[in-house]
Amino acid sequence: MKLISKVFTSLAMTAMAAGAAQASTLDDVRAADELKCVVSTGTIGFSSTDANGRYVGFDVDFCRAVAAAVLGDGEKVKFVPASSAVRFTVLASGEGDILFRNTTETMGRDAGLQMTFLPVTYYDGQGFLAPADLGVSSATELDGASVCIQVGTTTELNLADYFRSNGMSYEPVPVKDFDESLSNYAAGRCDVLTTDASALASTKAALEDPSAHIVFPEIISKEPLGGAVRHGDDQWADIGKWVVNALINAEEMGITSANVADLVASADSNDPGINRLIGAGADTKDFGAQIGLDKAWAVRAIQAVGNYGEIFERNVGVNTPLGLARGTNALWTDGGILYAAPIR
Amino acid sequence: MNMTNYTPGNHPDLPPPAGTVGPMHWLRSNLFSSPANIIVTLIVLWVLYKLLPPMVDWFFLDSVLTGNNRKECAAQGDGACWAFIAERFKLFVYGYYPEHLRWRIDLTVVLLAVAIAAVLWDRFPARKYGFYYALAFPFIAAWLLVGGAGLEPVPTSDFGGVMLTLVVGVTGIAFSLPLGILLALGRQSELPVIRIFCVTFIEFIRGVPLITLLFIASTMLSYFLPPGTTFDLLMRVLIMVVLFSAAYLAEVIRGGLQALPQGQKEAAEALGLNYWQSVRFIILPQALKISIPGIVNTFIGLYKDTTLVSIIQLMDPIGIGKQSLASSEWFGLSTEVYLFVAIFFFISCFGMSRYSLYLENKLNTEHKH
Repeated sequence: MKLISKVFTSLAMTAMAAGAAQASTLDDVRAADELKCVVSTGTIGFSSTDANGRYVGFDVDFCRAVAAAVLGDGEKVKFVPASSAVRFTVLASGEGDILFRNTTETMGRDAGLQMTFLPVTYYDGQGFLAPADLGVSSATELDGASVCIQVGTTTELNLADYFRSNGMSYEPVPVKDFDESLSNYAAGRCDVLTTDASALASTKAALEDPSAHIVFPEIISKEPLGGAVRHGDDQWADIGKWVVNALINAEEMGITSANVADLVASADSNDPGINRLIGAGADTKDFGAQIGLDKAWAVRAIQAVGNYGEIFERNVGVNTPLGLARGTNALWTDGGILYAAPIR
Repeated sequence: MNMTNYTPGNHPDLPPPAGTVGPMHWLRSNLFSSPANIIVTLIVLWVLYKLLPPMVDWFFLDSVLTGNNRKECAAQGDGACWAFIAERFKLFVYGYYPEHLRWRIDLTVVLLAVAIAAVLWDRFPARKYGFYYALAFPFIAAWLLVGGAGLEPVPTSDFGGVMLTLVVGVTGIAFSLPLGILLALGRQSELPVIRIFCVTFIEFIRGVPLITLLFIASTMLSYFLPPGTTFDLLMRVLIMVVLFSAAYLAEVIRGGLQALPQGQKEAAEALGLNYWQSVRFIILPQALKISIPGIVNTFIGLYKDTTLVSIIQLMDPIGIGKQSLASSEWFGLSTEVYLFVAIFFFISCFGMSRYSLYLENKLNTEHKH
């Protein structure tokens, strides 16, 4: 499994030169009139489908936001579901224009795989889930345990580091995706399940007897999850970056999908910061033009999916089965670390 | 005993002695014929006794057919949550195909059934025209499914589920057989150019795993094509699948060709038949008959290999299943999904293998040994 993911990774690297030689991604997207967005083959809360086959989720909403900003319609997205092993190759080969696939930004991926990462959309960290009757209450006591891990992920590497630095050994049970890891764990083929903390709570809830399992207090890694685009097309990277920033800034300024139209109408009485974001007001600079779009780019993104807070609450928030609190992902003004660069 | 007199030759047949007919005899001769058999029978009965009731409970008695999410399912019973499959059934069958156009898939399936009947059922009315129709069917189906020329176009990225499996499987089967026959004949050709080409092609394809070919088709091909050209992903996959199974079929058919005595070919030549005539009337009918089990074997393998497309961004039933499992309402019901997909594949493949047996029996013109 490890070998497979290495092969895919090196394919992605050799693919770069051709990727850079392609025409402007923005022109390609406009010509095709659809945004090819790489998403997960299924991650609870982040990317899945409803009964009618419509994609829903946290990552999916960012795809729609970019499509709304660029093409004027949040539905003009062609979703490209990719496994964790092939996701960068798919993006690099041009089968995808942008990637929102609960992907951790790392230096190796940014520089080595030649991705350009967009601002972080979700601050995650890796945790552990184990049966209560294993008699272990902390990750530091896991010496000799068998662990279900998804290959080709940062999770796999973090785990190796954590066990080595704590002088412990483990027996890896490699799996392809999270669902497989869950079924292996539920069947008792591994002692411990490890993945990003965002998924642990829902995993525990999905098990037959949630009270028989515990989530360890340790978070062993930083997992800044964000979107990515190919190296070498700065204009396209800017579009992705500023759509994400606009959604976070919109929450900070209290702009929602419900009131954005009113704010555009009442441009004269708005805060100038709001006007810059929504491209309203007579003497406001046209920031949309700087990224190759029109004035209303951010308005369309917000109308399509809402601001960052709305996206969060709809897909992963406390009222969803995932039931995640904002925590680190709260705005900096609310005690979190979400701090988007200003539009000015 | 009451003695009755019969006129000679009119004695009615007596029933067979007790113990040589009926269920008791069957049990005794099949299940309890020797000590070893008795032990095996008892062990199997015990295993069934342990396994069957929980399975029946899980599958049927405790299973839940209604509910909007996993919690509602769990509240109603401990068994399988078929409500999940029921809610996603259309997604499994039609993929992402636009809802108002799904009649086109239904129609295609009906037309496919007619085409299959025309090819496989020898009492099909006006079978000669049936054959012509079956030859035209792939193109009619492509037009119906993809649209264009009067129909609303549907991007192939909307294909998914069982429908995608059928598209890949049926296309692979329909196009790889003629190609495989040509390759097998080419491999035995006396013209070196044709022979070397066929051997190289077959050996290259057989030396590379299908998953690699699919991966090349899905991502690497765009580097070899001039920038800006877009070549439909499904089309690339179909081509790879057809080439792959054609190479395997070629070898299966070559086995059939080599099993034919040399005298058959020489007799055809002696009759004055040219190459294509002798191939068509003498060689192939016999070679293909011998190869039927191997051909069907390859078809079944190909059909099941269609699940590999789920790693290259195409959503076959397994891909749809994985995606559905990630929905927050149904998270964790993987057993139901994989069983459902397994049952679907079993029914299709079992049907193919039964037809192959029927065909072998029907075409068996030799004495059975």
